[in-house]
Amino acid sequence: MAAEPLVAASAADAPFSVSARPVLSLRGIVKSFPGVKALQGVELDLYPGQVTALIGENGAGKSTLVKLLTGVYQPDAGEIRIEGRAARFPTAAAAAAEGVTAIHQETVLFDELSVAENIFLGHAPLNRFGLIDWPRMRREAREILARIGAALDPNAALKDLGIASKHLVAIARALSVEARVVIMDEPTAALSHKEIGELYELVERLKAQGKAILFISHKFDEIFRIADRYAVFRDGGMVGAGLMSEIDERRLVEMMVGRAMDSIFPVRTPQIGEEILSVSGYSHPTEFADVSFTLRRGEILGFYGLVGAGRSELMQALFGISRPSAGICRIAGEERSPRSPAEAVEAGLVYAPEDRGLQGAVRALPIFQNLTLPSLGRLSRAGLLRKAEEFALTRHYAERLDLRAASLDQPLGLLSGGNQQKVVIGKWLATQPKIIILDEPTKGVDVGSKAAVHEFMAELAAEGLAVIMVSSEIPEILGMSDRVIVMREGRMVGEYPRAGLTPEILVRAAAGIGVGIGAGGDS
Amino acid sequence: MTMAPPPRPIPPRHIPDRLNGSFLRRLKSWETLLLAVAAAIFTFNALASPYFLDPWNLSDATFNFTEKAMIALAMALLIIAGEIDLSVGAIIALASVAMGAARQMGVETTGLVLIGAGVGLACGAFNGFLVAGLGLPSIVATIGTMSLFRGIAYIILGDGAYGGYPASFAWFGQGYVWGAITFELALLAVLAVVYGVLLHGTNFGRRIYAIGNNATAAAFSGVRVRRIRMTLFMLTGLMAGIASVCLTSRLGSTRPSIGMGMELEVITMVVLGGVAITGGSGTILGVMLAALIMGLITFGLGLLNVPGVVMSIFVGILLISVIALPKLLEKMRR
Repeated sequence: MAAEPLVAASAADAPFSVSARPVLSLRGIVKSFPGVKALQGVELDLYPGQVTALIGENGAGKSTLVKLLTGVYQPDAGEIRIEGRAARFPTAAAAAAEGVTAIHQETVLFDELSVAENIFLGHAPLNRFGLIDWPRMRREAREILARIGAALDPNAALKDLGIASKHLVAIARALSVEARVVIMDEPTAALSHKEIGELYELVERLKAQGKAILFISHKFDEIFRIADRYAVFRDGGMVGAGLMSEIDERRLVEMMVGRAMDSIFPVRTPQIGEEILSVSGYSHPTEFADVSFTLRRGEILGFYGLVGAGRSELMQALFGISRPSAGICRIAGEERSPRSPAEAVEAGLVYAPEDRGLQGAVRALPIFQNLTLPSLGRLSRAGLLRKAEEFALTRHYAERLDLRAASLDQPLGLLSGGNQQKVVIGKWLATQPKIIILDEPTKGVDVGSKAAVHEFMAELAAEGLAVIMVSSEIPEILGMSDRVIVMREGRMVGEYPRAGLTPEILVRAAAGIGVGIGAGGDS
Repeated sequence: MTMAPPPRPIPPRHIPDRLNGSFLRRLKSWETLLLAVAAAIFTFNALASPYFLDPWNLSDATFNFTEKAMIALAMALLIIAGEIDLSVGAIIALASVAMGAARQMGVETTGLVLIGAGVGLACGAFNGFLVAGLGLPSIVATIGTMSLFRGIAYIILGDGAYGGYPASFAWFGQGYVWGAITFELALLAVLAVVYGVLLHGTNFGRRIYAIGNNATAAAFSGVRVRRIRMTLFMLTGLMAGIASVCLTSRLGSTRPSIGMGMELEVITMVVLGGVAITGGSGTILGVMLAALIMGLITFGLGLLNVPGVVMSIFVGILLISVIALPKLLEKMRR
């Protein structure tokens, strides 16, 4: 690692000359993934001794940007400049050598190692024999911990520390390289009030040391408290940037959600029938509490909220993946709280998960085997497979969903994200369910397939299926739902009919801004 | 404003069930490679030793692999599902000791067979409980039960040996059903068909592949993953019990060291047969061809008076080269 102590020292020596020259600049950064343009022409400047808040909806491209800055991804086009000269981050180590370091939402630390070992893992100071210089490592660890005001023993085992202390170790680790730019990705998401206060102090301290800080957060109160500048992302592009002192909350929200609804959603006249699902007082020890709602045939019920609001966890509990600690679930009037997915499927409730690769599909198996997996019992005779029936059923749903594939025997993993999603949805429809839960149904799906999934969702509702759609995309929520429930920190904070619902109402409810929405306040 | 759903003049696009060229794919398959290897070894043996082609000699040679191959059938399913059972050799010992002890109390042939198979099934159920019930990793759990089962066998039997099995019991390991076809070979053939259908033609088999490729997604698709894992461990234990009946009958006596190290030969057979050790793929045909290859090598080298140590070197080299060959070819192509 070729560190450049001269530059780093000069930046640290002159913390008060808040120059107009940015430490790090992004110019015209483009990054695409198959079928999706994650970032298009991003321009961003980070200044020494200043906190820049990065704001945007889920999926706006914030995480992609962080990965570009830490050497995980490479940009397809555009330039990263450090102190005015072009830089490339082919690896994480290269980014660290340039003084760009990140504190992630969930940092990987090692429970069995000591605090000092965790801080210096991968770049421990060596003695002249090439072995780890333990005394020096402990000394330097102590110095770094002191610099961030953490009263931790470098020799303590990490497993003996609480979550907040572990977080401090993660921060110390990020600062163990000569950092010029510190990226904090939702650093307060897992912290209590007191710990958040301590984190703010730490941020102030880093500012005073002349570091440029990129602070990613969904919480408006903390952005206004801590940031000097803002940058708003929407759909992979930057839609606004400037000084915090020149903007208010309302205009930030407007920028975040945008005015135009760019996709076209199917026109529906919902035929809402009798109640099919009734959930009351559903609670979980850690993920959600006291959730009650009902769902009717032919209805599309949207669930909006920020990542980590407990929506997926609630749906997975309804599907029998995890057990609720309290609450009753009635399906078609009968009290049935599924204890396993198999029971949920029998009861007519199915769930297409957000994480298709891990949970939704067996990608190494052929399309038809994925599609028939939950329906094998019905398709087979005396437990024996009947391939002809399997292909016929698969063909039926492939045609209905306009699947694009070379053959039905093709491994599912070879299809595009959108077509994989079609198979996952088809798999559940083949079980002839009463209720289908779609968790982020168009995440990672290209624009064309997105429209197909939306169209299909509308058709299903028209046929009398009850649909729950978990989504973090506001246009999708507003374009598809008949009714919307907003969750925040594991609780329902609002329930709205589609008529009269605006993006501002949703964003405010999800972020906990403003008044008059359900119970709540900070816990 | 209401709109009728748009008409769809375009007929849905046609997607074929399967693509052509399945013959070529079959030609390139692992099973074809194994078949070629088996044929080569057979030819080599026939040329190298004049005694090789004698039907009774060949028949004797099948004892090299029949018992292991029975266990390999169930082990293949278990490994495809992403699990493993290292305790099968120890299960053979415990089942054999149980039969020997029962014989001392005067139990007759039918009872002995039921006890052998039953002990195997019970041991498998215990493994299944540890893995599917308590969630232990199968490699750790079955290393534990490997010592446990073998240890119990040693405690019961000490340094001694059980013998005195009834004459009718000897048929399972020494009898012939038709001409030179042994009972063991016939049983293996029947079991191979049963397992082939089970893995390739039933819901159960399909779910095994789903679990082995992605257990989480399988569970999210309503597959009862734990129940299937439990069943697979019980099947493996049962097959080890049946193998114990055959082996005990063939040897005519029980020592606590019986079946020692057999688990590794069984797993070698399964892996050589093309089952991915990481789970998710493999066929029964491949495993049976691998069993045949290993039997032919052992027998052929035996006829040439090659010592056992050299044989194991040979099997080791064969395993590594057959596994490494496709990877090497792939690298060279790049």
